[in-house]
Amino acid sequence: MSSPAIHTAPLVRIAKRDGIALWKSCLIRLAAVFLALVLSGLFIYSLTKLNPVDVYKAMYDGAFGTSRRTWITVREVMTLLCIAIGLAPAFKMRFWNIGAEGQVLIGGIVTAGMMIHLGNTMSTPLLLLVMGVASLAAGAVWGLIPALFKARWNTNETLFTLMLNYVAIQLTSYCVSLWENPYGSNVVGQINQQTRSGWFPELFGISCGLNVLLVLVLTVGMYIYLRYSKQGYEIAVLGESVNTARYAGIKPSKVIIRTMILSGAICGLAGFIAVAGADHTISVDTAGGRGFTAIIVAWIAKFNTFVMLLISLLLVFLQQGAIEIATQFGLNDFAANVITGIILFCIIGSEFFINYRLIPRSGKEAKGA
Amino acid sequence: MATEYAVELRGVTKTFGPVVANDRVDLQIHRGEILSLLGENGSGKTTLMNMLSGIYYPDAGEILVNGKAVTIHSPKDAFDLGIGMIHQHFKLVDVLTATENIVLGLKEPGRLDLKAAARRIREICDKYGFAVDPEKKIYDMSVSEKQTVEIVKVLYRGANILILDEPTAVLTPQETARLFAVLRNMKADGKSIVIITHKLHEVMEISDRVAVLRKGAYVGDVATCDTDPQKLTDMMVGHAVTLNIDRPEPKERTKRLEVRGLTVRNQYGVKALDDVTFDVYGGEILGIAGISGCGQKELLESIAGLQRIETGSIRYFPADDGGQTEKELVGMSPLAIKKAGVALSFVPEDRLGMGLVGSMGMTDNMMLRSYRKGLPIFTNRRDPKKLAEQVREQLEVVTPGVNTPVRRLSGGNVQKVLVGREIAAAPKVLMTAYAVRGLDINTSYTIYNLLTAQKIEGVAVVYVGEDLDVLLELCDRILVLCSGKVNGILDGRTTTKEEVGLRMTNLQEKEGAAQ
Repeated sequence: MSSPAIHTAPLVRIAKRDGIALWKSCLIRLAAVFLALVLSGLFIYSLTKLNPVDVYKAMYDGAFGTSRRTWITVREVMTLLCIAIGLAPAFKMRFWNIGAEGQVLIGGIVTAGMMIHLGNTMSTPLLLLVMGVASLAAGAVWGLIPALFKARWNTNETLFTLMLNYVAIQLTSYCVSLWENPYGSNVVGQINQQTRSGWFPELFGISCGLNVLLVLVLTVGMYIYLRYSKQGYEIAVLGESVNTARYAGIKPSKVIIRTMILSGAICGLAGFIAVAGADHTISVDTAGGRGFTAIIVAWIAKFNTFVMLLISLLLVFLQQGAIEIATQFGLNDFAANVITGIILFCIIGSEFFINYRLIPRSGKEAKGA
Repeated sequence: MATEYAVELRGVTKTFGPVVANDRVDLQIHRGEILSLLGENGSGKTTLMNMLSGIYYPDAGEILVNGKAVTIHSPKDAFDLGIGMIHQHFKLVDVLTATENIVLGLKEPGRLDLKAAARRIREICDKYGFAVDPEKKIYDMSVSEKQTVEIVKVLYRGANILILDEPTAVLTPQETARLFAVLRNMKADGKSIVIITHKLHEVMEISDRVAVLRKGAYVGDVATCDTDPQKLTDMMVGHAVTLNIDRPEPKERTKRLEVRGLTVRNQYGVKALDDVTFDVYGGEILGIAGISGCGQKELLESIAGLQRIETGSIRYFPADDGGQTEKELVGMSPLAIKKAGVALSFVPEDRLGMGLVGSMGMTDNMMLRSYRKGLPIFTNRRDPKKLAEQVREQLEVVTPGVNTPVRRLSGGNVQKVLVGREIAAAPKVLMTAYAVRGLDINTSYTIYNLLTAQKIEGVAVVYVGEDLDVLLELCDRILVLCSGKVNGILDGRTTTKEEVGLRMTNLQEKEGAAQ
């Protein structure tokens, strides 16, 4: 057949690490961020001849330049974090819930519908409570459907949840045309703009105070749930091995259904927060891809909700910064996205060096016979 | 430079983390011979051959094929050198035909001509005496046919050196005989064949030469005609086998389990267990012997509530007098069995895939049994931690800490964690599957002593094992499984290795009458 291979040894071997000291992993991650900034700098400079430092400064301004911008950034972080918290138990169970986008939209539709139809009929706190509960229930149903099919017929949850996103998007389109205001505009517009009925009120004198409060409660709650509750323990066991779970007397179908109800419900609540606490309207962009970004947040943080907070902050910072440099320097959105991409690539790529080490081959036995 | 060796390994070393799987192994494979690679479980046979077939890359040492040093990075490199391996677990696509599987991955110029390929396959089959239908789909095939397809696949690619990893483990005696006939034909055709095995009678029957590995190191080789099973055993084990496991006479045997007519089908609809009937008594160790895959796994999992049972009954007797309060376990889930108060412990074969959670520490693994206790919502980690510390101390588990993921521990320590937890549950029936597989001799003895201690305390111990010497020295009674059927229950003190070995491979027709 073909000629025999030449006697050469591979230059480096890859071996899985047994474990890594915390400071080492932090150092690797910091190095990754630094590398990302250098690479993006090179990219910016080679395209535009702009000083990268100015560009980075503009990014910072975009996210935290004014107090208004700061609050928008915080609000965005909270929405993204809420979705990631919802995804965490599902992914920890190795249930690939790609359907957060749809679960958020369903929660958003229910919220918007109630704002329109029940707005001004009851006090805002009561309305908020009703909308919150309804969005939780709607998201739970959207999460329950794929879980039932998985538990009963072992369908592939990745495809199933993904497809449900499109169902949710179509439903949203339908509702938008149903509720459009003004007539013919094909957008819903600001709901209850005059009365602000069903809008999140100011809390502690902060416009997005309620968003922060709700999501931080969830952050702490989910952390405790996953770490210290029996159900969290069952999720961890099932995620590691279905056989071990069965051996321990855990019923996989029951845990799958229970966990997906929880996961969907929190994602639905994120739709409530996005509609009542931020946009005050509904459109197919209400989720805006955050259902997917949140997957990255959950995984990078390894389901530690406090780390998720930091990751969400980083991602939102990059996104807000990118919008700013796009306008300030006339770099278009895509250039900004490239920068985000480079930074994400480096951060995710650094995980490889945290999990594996490279062993250079010593030359002593590499001689041919 | 002419050389008589088809393959030569010089100083080949492979380590996995702290484990040295192969330590400076020198091995020659001659042209036109059948070489048996013999060694106990975990002696590094498969690892060594995987380096030859391109699955692993050696850390040190060199490989020469036909006298020339080569580098084998991938199975493709190995094929290019004429080396083909038939793995223990077949790598076939179920929905494709034999022909399609065989040509899969080949990069031949021109159009894919399945008819011509099928013709060539028939030629190969005729030449060596295989029986396989090229048009048959894999999912319609028996295990033996699948193995044939794997062998033909390798020959189709022009392999001159064939490596078979425990080829007879899944075959019936008749199929084994057929396989051996084919191997002899191939040898006559000048091909070199390596058989990885630990069955001595097959070694004596088929091979020209035997190379022995022990704990990753090369012990030596010997012509088959100059040796006998006893000598080979000594080479394999390093010294004449004198185990000296303490085996006190059972006292106060109380019936704990009564299994009647148990029949279980595996996922392919084949009977994994066929009308299995036996009793388990407290105060004794019941050994279960058999070739791997003869229903041992299904038997234990049936009792543990993890298998769907077609017919039969499993009764559990909780009272010490064997009284009236027996419980039927068939149809119960593992949780229901536990809730019914059945004191059953189970050390499964797949330690990290079923018995333990690899990513969790000892503490969290202790919880696997007990996490439902205590407060309604939150877990209690205090008692499991205490238990983990206790197991660590009593069984001398080597671990950096009770929160270190058990996956990072060595095989022996992993097993200690698992056995320690199962014994701590104070069982009345303790089932173990391959409890000492892959463990060093000291840890193995620790396990034997633990099991014997349990027996003395009146626990009914079920020990599924593969080492006959151990079964004969440890167990009070030995149940031999053959193709899912009970092929005799023997007295561990009076029976012989030959008797057990014979019953493992040959189904005795009129067994019921003899008892």
